[in-house]
Amino acid sequence: MSESLLSIEQLSFTWPGTPRPVLDLPEFSLGRGEKLFLYGPSGSGKSTLLALIGGLVRADRGRMVFDGVDLTKLSGPRRDRFRAEQLGVIFQQFNLLPWLDVRANVALPCRFSRARARRAGNIQAAVERLLKGMDLDPDLWMRRADALSVGQQQRVAAARALIGQPALVLADEPTSALDSDRRAQFLDLLFAQVEAADSTLLFVSHDRELAARFDRQLDLSEINQAEVAA
Amino acid sequence: MNLLALAWGSLLNRRFAVVLTICTIALSIGLLVLVEQLRAEVRQGFYRSVSGTDLIVGARTAPVQLLLYSVFGIGDATNNISFQTYRELSEVREVAWAVPMALGDSHRGFRVVGTSSVFFDHFQYGNRQPLHLAEGRVFDDLFEVVVGHRVARQLGYSVGDQIVLAHGTGRVSLQQHDDHPFTISGILAPTATPVDQQLFISLAAHQAIHIGWESGMQRPGAGIDADAARERAEELEPQSITSIMLGLTSRAAVFGLQRRINDYRAEALTAVMPGITLQELWRITGLAEQILRVVAGLVVLAGLLGMLTVLLTTLNERRREMAILRANGARPVQIAGLLLFEAGLIAAAGIAAGLLLALGVQFMAAPWLLEHYGVHVGVSLPELGVWQVLGGIWLAGLLIALVPALLAYRRTLADGMQVRS
Repeated sequence: MSESLLSIEQLSFTWPGTPRPVLDLPEFSLGRGEKLFLYGPSGSGKSTLLALIGGLVRADRGRMVFDGVDLTKLSGPRRDRFRAEQLGVIFQQFNLLPWLDVRANVALPCRFSRARARRAGNIQAAVERLLKGMDLDPDLWMRRADALSVGQQQRVAAARALIGQPALVLADEPTSALDSDRRAQFLDLLFAQVEAADSTLLFVSHDRELAARFDRQLDLSEINQAEVAA
Repeated sequence: MNLLALAWGSLLNRRFAVVLTICTIALSIGLLVLVEQLRAEVRQGFYRSVSGTDLIVGARTAPVQLLLYSVFGIGDATNNISFQTYRELSEVREVAWAVPMALGDSHRGFRVVGTSSVFFDHFQYGNRQPLHLAEGRVFDDLFEVVVGHRVARQLGYSVGDQIVLAHGTGRVSLQQHDDHPFTISGILAPTATPVDQQLFISLAAHQAIHIGWESGMQRPGAGIDADAARERAEELEPQSITSIMLGLTSRAAVFGLQRRINDYRAEALTAVMPGITLQELWRITGLAEQILRVVAGLVVLAGLLGMLTVLLTTLNERRREMAILRANGARPVQIAGLLLFEAGLIAAAGIAAGLLLALGVQFMAAPWLLEHYGVHVGVSLPELGVWQVLGGIWLAGLLIALVPALLAYRRTLADGMQVRS
């Protein structure tokens, strides 16, 4: 790990309407090109950390430096722009807009960020390359997204997260809806495409069977100083 | 427009609910526009029927009633005026022309007007247009009749046909003047006024067919033979007529003459200025129009609330969609904008469909109104005021959509990066 892409210091966050912070992170860092496996029991603050990095919520205090920029200092619209340009996101499931076809779903981030569209170059070609990379049959490309199986949908979501080479891919339990064979296959494809895009991967899961394949693994409950409600 | 394409896709995905919402708004807008259009068109139709007449004179009665029965055939006269009055009025200096009208007979539901040939020379309608004959000529022989355009068209008459008039103005008349058949001498060109629904005979003919009918019923054997009547045509003169239409030499004389007629000593008369009397009529109908307007307005409000309901309901179903858009870089403002765009599109489509609906109904109702009320209703584009109201309704639709848009805005902020299903 030569250089860090994201480094967090003294970060704390409280959800509105709750008395105590759910996240209190003295230190956390993510290297450029690193594939980090972040695990921890429910309520350990995994989703909150992703929302903070994604710029969807604002920290109470602390620093969160991404590629030289402190995200905690950015205004709402600047954080939206940062997310659109720098992040690819994969959820547990229901990633796709059901009424768009597969290709339009993959191209979605390019609608919201010119920088993403520029880096993707020829968007259609980039879409097809990524879909092929995620082993999706060309017959499926023109179908509506909700005509695909869950496993196929997750692979489309991964392709979408990677279009326009975002610096960081946030994956929030993307394999939890898949059976174990498909899980391994999904990881193979995802790793290959993350490497091809020179991206960094922050993979959140509670399924530690997968952890061994990552560069590093981290238990969030160990570094999170917030008192988790019993 | 990338975002608009997204909004469009989302709308298409929910097309069933969207189309129903558009229909709801279209129906309400249709009602509103129809009320306004018919109001304007009916008024226009009434005005064009009397545009060339300066005064209408009848027996003492309410001005509105006189106008309605003498020109539009709505209701009946309570009293007649003497023919002597007609003669005296036609000789007044300010009077350019005087058309006598003797009502009371009909032909298959159409009114028969006993008048003189002056009518065809001087009656004007619409934009001061004179009457034209489409076929034939004005009545010449005693038992000749000129029929209006619609009478001829609906009953399939042509010049030379023989018809029998009926006593009374009911649709089904039991008593026919069948001893005196009339020959159609001419057919009038269309005017889009009550003239189209009328038949015209001479006063002498009107008198001739009523000889022996003084009691309101025919006295057996008291009628007059057609040839005998023709011989006496010169002296056949009615005792009384129903009303008189006057054209004056100058508009300025109208008020003075009206006062003089109303003060006429030999007989109790009423003279009305058609335009002013119509204003009076609108004052009477104004309340009903206001009520209709309020009802139509409330229906539009219901339509817009229906749209709000649908938008709010879909908001929950679309929570996932919004989280996906947000995670892929959409700003909260853009997501609120999607909802506003959607509402704007639904409202605009509803308004356009409603407008077409109203014009369609107007087009289909026009013949019925013409036949039953003698009012010509054209299909014209709405007045400026209606367009302004429609624009206001569209803006109101956008304003209402601010509610779900703000909810969506706040929700996307609060949901963080979670997809809820």
